[in-house]
Amino acid sequence: MAKLNVNGRVVEVQAEDDTPLLWVIREQLGMTGTKYGCGVAQCGACTVHLDGVATRSCALPLSAVTEAQKIVTIEGLSPNNDHPLQKAWVALDVPQCGYCQSGMLMAAAALLAENPKPSEADIRGTVTNICRCGTYNRVLAGIQQAAGTNATSPGARG
Amino acid sequence: MNAIAKLSRRGFLSVSAVAGAFTLGIRAPMAQGQNIAAAGAATPEVNAWVVIKPDDTVVIRIARSEMGQGTLTGLAQLVAEELDCDWAKVTTEYPTPGQNLARSRVWGDFSTGGSRGIRESNEYVRKGGAAARMMLVQAAATGWNVPVSECKAAASVVTHQPSGRTMRYGQLAEAAAKLTPPTDIPLRNPAEWHLAGKPVPRLDTIAKTNGSQVYGIDLTMPGMLNASIRDCPVFGGKVKSFDAAAALARPGVRKVVQVGDSALAVVAETWWQANSALDALSIVWDEGPNASLSSETIAAMLTEGLGAAEAFIGNKAGDARAALGRAAKTVEAVYNFPFQNHATMEPMNATAIWKADRCEVWCPTQNGEASLAACAEAAGLRPQQCEVHKVHLGGGFGRRGWQDYVRQAVAIAKEMPGTPVKLVWSREEDMLHGRYHPITACKLTAGLDAEGRLEALHMRISGQSIIAGIAPQMLQGGVDSRVFQGLAQGGAEGAFGYGIPNLLIDHAMRNTHVPPGFWRGVNVNQNAVYLECFIDEVALAAGKDPLEFRRAMLRGAPKHLAVLNAVAEKGGWGTPAPAGRHRGLAAIMGYGSYVAACAEVSVAADGEVTVHRIVAATDPGHAVNPQQIAAQIEGSFAYGLTAALHGEITIKGGRVEQENFDTYPMMRLAEMPAVESIVMPSGGFWGGVGEPTIAVAAPAVLNAVFAATGKRVRSLPLKAADLKT
Ligand code: FES
Ligand code: FES
Repeated sequence: MAKLNVNGRVVEVQAEDDTPLLWVIREQLGMTGTKYGCGVAQCGACTVHLDGVATRSCALPLSAVTEAQKIVTIEGLSPNNDHPLQKAWVALDVPQCGYCQSGMLMAAAALLAENPKPSEADIRGTVTNICRCGTYNRVLAGIQQAAGTNATSPGARG
Repeated sequence: MNAIAKLSRRGFLSVSAVAGAFTLGIRAPMAQGQNIAAAGAATPEVNAWVVIKPDDTVVIRIARSEMGQGTLTGLAQLVAEELDCDWAKVTTEYPTPGQNLARSRVWGDFSTGGSRGIRESNEYVRKGGAAARMMLVQAAATGWNVPVSECKAAASVVTHQPSGRTMRYGQLAEAAAKLTPPTDIPLRNPAEWHLAGKPVPRLDTIAKTNGSQVYGIDLTMPGMLNASIRDCPVFGGKVKSFDAAAALARPGVRKVVQVGDSALAVVAETWWQANSALDALSIVWDEGPNASLSSETIAAMLTEGLGAAEAFIGNKAGDARAALGRAAKTVEAVYNFPFQNHATMEPMNATAIWKADRCEVWCPTQNGEASLAACAEAAGLRPQQCEVHKVHLGGGFGRRGWQDYVRQAVAIAKEMPGTPVKLVWSREEDMLHGRYHPITACKLTAGLDAEGRLEALHMRISGQSIIAGIAPQMLQGGVDSRVFQGLAQGGAEGAFGYGIPNLLIDHAMRNTHVPPGFWRGVNVNQNAVYLECFIDEVALAAGKDPLEFRRAMLRGAPKHLAVLNAVAEKGGWGTPAPAGRHRGLAAIMGYGSYVAACAEVSVAADGEVTVHRIVAATDPGHAVNPQQIAAQIEGSFAYGLTAALHGEITIKGGRVEQENFDTYPMMRLAEMPAVESIVMPSGGFWGGVGEPTIAVAAPAVLNAVFAATGKRVRSLPLKAADLKT
């Protein structure tokens, strides 16, 4: 039995030590907002916050996480869907299929927590998640809107 | 709470407080696009398309699949437009393929591909909405004992205009449902639309911002087991031997199942356990004769086809060969377009329960009816004994029209009667077992007259036919007419716009062992690269400006010309670009729509290409939701430029070499250009929007790269080209 601190609750899980945190979250905890895309830390669909840092959970074995580390998943990003990024995402209709969006939001939220007014270059350099539907320009505009730095509309590149 | 109890018995954590998403023991798709069985079954429908609940909630049935393209919202807008209902009270649900079968296909075609979702069903879904409104109004008029002509519907309320009396749709639905449906159903002129044609927000956004949207990969059911599969990486190979005992000794593993003669699956308590145990099988493959094939052998076959004597003719005018013989000047070039993988972000998956007399599947699919047929076939049952429940797709792009993953899931579930089994492919499996964008090459020969006019053009396409690969019975006399998408004379699948007096476009079919499929944009993609890049080459040889050269040949094609002019004007063609940037143009027709792009790029001394800005125009005839069309245009550039800049599936030893995103890179935010969309519906026709723009992405950028470097890239992807200066 391992103990994890997920979205403010301490939970016990039973899984092999080498199980990636992603699959512990999805299969043992039944929280499926965190997605599997590649399993090799390439796409960011599995992004969660580990002590506030955006972390690709597919590449992190259960044995490497302790109860002292605070894990936040998309389900824990805000109590009422009211994180500024979630509001901006809705206002700009960012998602298409939506599959990558949990990871996008978690990557963006970690960026804003550390750098509340990121430049466009900061955003482009930090949010490296893959979106196969190609929502990138709306992701960019959504982050800028949430940060209050936007001079651009969806689709624009400054 | 059944599911939680069972999970706990298997030694898992009780998850009720954490997840809170179990309903009736099944985590079913929530919010928009539930299946009928899970939603409005208790309320009688007004007709097949519309259910109205006593509280005025309007449930609109959507037959096509939502995979990100916004069709769910667009189709609902069309129904609601004619229904005159309150948009704020609209929800949607999917009828199931089994229900469609039982009701003589009352919802028509479920297939979602070829950008057909709206353009081919707009008429009957609008009629569904209009008929329901007529029945609601009739019910009110009958109740008041007044003529229908005195009653008017708006925002889910019927008003008797002389008296001002009102009834809500929720009060009328039950009576309306009992009326005989009208047969003469006039439709509103799009010029009078008040909801369709408007940029209303998507219906499915909120669930996609908080993790609650359920995809196929997320399904859980009481007692469900998980499976992962490995198919022979060499196409056509077989399983020779394997060590089942070693896999069965691994934690959580319940069963090893051979699927057909080429694949092995492990079924375990969790997917991670199942997937990890695949390695323990130590599978030995009988790779078969295809193991000797490679990208080199395929390229040699295509090169042979470029010069072959025999080819299928797709478009012909005048006598191109004779005209080339007497041309004042000829230009010749050979282009190549490689295999691509769809790489949907959600890997292929399906969940199945098999019993001796019934089989059910839950899956993300672009064609629920084809999934039902595949389910029945794999289950050894009649379609009437089967059912398919559609789940939102984490991307489709054409891949999920192919039903291999459904067949596999059913075959595995059949080995464990009564137990739900969820099969999820690893990314590696998804990369190695795609239905790839076909590989082709094209040799183009142009003949100019003394004034530099294009008198003759021969395009010889050599390469793979998708139809030959997936449905050879659909070939007509051996011809795959879809190879000529974007190049054929007339037709909604792409009308060749240029007036060229002597034209010959033909195809030497050279099929490979690599299975082809419909990949977003399909054959328009490479055809637009071949044609639109070569037209730039010819313009250069003629000493003419690429825009003016095109304009002169598009006099008989005003819609092509209009989108081209629109991007040229907004893109600043003919005016200086910002320092270091260069422009390129492309235009084509595909999927019933006219599209054009003007790209602005720079190329650094080390050869690195930056695409700064794209101006894109689309004339889809009628624009049902301009905001979603803009989103599709933006996404199309990400998809098209990913292929143009990075995408290439190569073959070695008969198998795909790229196993994950580290070797099959994708465009990311850092590379994404600004996209300025011009949605310019000219009315009178219905074109698709999910695909056509992809085709102009690569040629516009390649033409701009030439303008920047003087180097003509004729072989994709661009990353393979040396653009150093
Ligand atoms: S699934 Fe973790 S980065 Fe792709
Ligand atoms: S919205 Fe579909 S992958 Fe990003």
